[in-house]
Amino acid sequence: MSAPLSEPLVRFIDVRKSYDGKVDAVRALNLEVAEAEFLTLLGPSGSGKTTTLTMLAGFEQPTAGRIFVGPEDITDVAVEKRGIGMVFQNYALFPNMTVGENIGFPLKVRRLPAAEIASKVKRALAMVRLEGLADRRPQQLSGGQQQRVAVARALVFEPRLVLLDEPLGALDRQLREQMQYELKHLHERLGVTMVYVTHDQVEAMTMSDRVAVFSAGQVRQVAEPRRLYEEPQSLFVAQFLGESNTLPGTVRQRHGGQCSVALPGGAGVIATTVGNSDKVTVAVRPEKVAIGAAAAGCVNRYPAKVIEVSFLGDQLRVRLAALGREDFIVKLANAPGQARLEAGSPVEIGWRAEDCRALGE
Amino acid sequence: MRLASRDKMGKHTVYWLIVLPAVLMLVLLYLVPLGNVLLTSVTDPKPGLDNYALLFTSASVQRSLVTTVRIAAITTGFALLLGYGVAYAMRAASTRTQRLMLVLVLLPFWISILVRSFAWIALLGTQGPLNSALVAWGIVDEPVSLVRNETGVLIGMIHVMVPYAVLTLYANMRGIDAGLVSAARSLGASRWQAFRLVFLPLTAPGLVGAGLLVFILSLGFYITPALLGGGKVLMIAEYVAVQINDTLRWGLGTMLATTLMIAVLGTLWTLSRVVDVKRLFGT
Repeated sequence: MSAPLSEPLVRFIDVRKSYDGKVDAVRALNLEVAEAEFLTLLGPSGSGKTTTLTMLAGFEQPTAGRIFVGPEDITDVAVEKRGIGMVFQNYALFPNMTVGENIGFPLKVRRLPAAEIASKVKRALAMVRLEGLADRRPQQLSGGQQQRVAVARALVFEPRLVLLDEPLGALDRQLREQMQYELKHLHERLGVTMVYVTHDQVEAMTMSDRVAVFSAGQVRQVAEPRRLYEEPQSLFVAQFLGESNTLPGTVRQRHGGQCSVALPGGAGVIATTVGNSDKVTVAVRPEKVAIGAAAAGCVNRYPAKVIEVSFLGDQLRVRLAALGREDFIVKLANAPGQARLEAGSPVEIGWRAEDCRALGE
Repeated sequence: MRLASRDKMGKHTVYWLIVLPAVLMLVLLYLVPLGNVLLTSVTDPKPGLDNYALLFTSASVQRSLVTTVRIAAITTGFALLLGYGVAYAMRAASTRTQRLMLVLVLLPFWISILVRSFAWIALLGTQGPLNSALVAWGIVDEPVSLVRNETGVLIGMIHVMVPYAVLTLYANMRGIDAGLVSAARSLGASRWQAFRLVFLPLTAPGLVGAGLLVFILSLGFYITPALLGGGKVLMIAEYVAVQINDTLRWGLGTMLATTLMIAVLGTLWTLSRVVDVKRLFGT
């Protein structure tokens, strides 16, 4: 499913959206969603991810560009004619209807016979494990149950595409994690294409086949979660997803896929080349840095001094003074035989060239 | 600690003193006369329920009651219909337009009901601009009588009542999540289906509340029917006034006033068994 796009179901082509005619909420958007894919639009608030979703749903019209679903240009198609299921952030369950009527709503407006509606509603309720609650009012359900009703309602008319706008935002952490797995399983079982909006990177990592990272109205990178984390194409992505130590510097030499970067203090770093900018920021993940004897085999090695060690149970978070800065972070797994690190003691740190990236911008 | 509690006591006492004049005024000028009305209705001209028997025996009393209920009901229907449209448009408008519309809706409240009634007489009279225009355009051959009859009363009363309906409905509609209509559309409902199946049912409490308010207020209308009805449309309030001012049948007048009050309270009570009245009036 994470294979390269064979048959894109959704295509955004040069889509631009401006609400006020001055600032672009979304600009130059070219994005494809594969059939049966789970794609997450991830980004901080105001980055354009929700605007992208509302344009796909049909609530907003792009200022320029076209949107295709399958072979059909749906840019000018009315919301109700698009046949796209949507789960809203606040669920948007109809308070004047029972749970069963809510789920049956998309079928009722499509004028299906009552018997067919009843059987489909029953199946949808079973799918989200809410059997027997058809006659309740949405207000009588817990947040997690309401969420499931919203999902069932968006799936019951068997749309090929389902949009989810931060659907788990209002739930507490435990319930959210449970719902993440349930949604993921539903997706796998039904083979329906899902486009999911969130600002929670863990959620994006857990659920997605691919993640599109948004920032300031633009897609910065689209990739599988693991690639996004291991091979960020820009400093923004490296910092937005997980943690990174960042070292600004200048590229001196390139050879093969690697380059040597001179840092302001005079030290040098061998890093993986990304792009062809000379002003770069070297980014290295805290868990990729080795300390002490483990650093011996690394191509990048520097003297450092331990400032602070925080014990986080499964891992140690070490803050060091190194390369002229005092906020160099290293994460060590709390593995058997892990030596104690004392604040103030000098150590050697090191990492491989493959584990750090010289990013432009 | 002691100081604080004494302070608190002192503060409460001050507030009670501030409220006191209003309470006294209510008791003296409202509750006492009301008691007097109730008493008069069973004592004048002689003790007993003779006055109330007239409800079942007097044709003119019954005619007036039927007229009142009919006019109030028609007024309510039209006020809801017109008010719903205005409130619906207001909800969809931009914040600036909304504010402007709200001022326009409230504007009639600043103009005396007497002035408005005379204005309608001038506008709707046989020599008025409306009739002149209708005749001039050849829509009608002779001036139509739009005033000094029930039509005139209805026009005047609906005009007074629409703002009440608008405000009540608007308050209700503002509480409805616009996302629900969007959700309905995304699930395949046309504009009309989304309105009929989602929005309209959600405004039902507003419709009941506004309808009740308009109906109750309409039952007690005096000036508008008196002026625009030209003495031909006798609603309860005017009937009461005639009994008290002209025929001096105080017992009959106070009985009708009491009946009106009981009818209003009864309607409210019956309704409170069916819907949550507190929610209707937004408290």
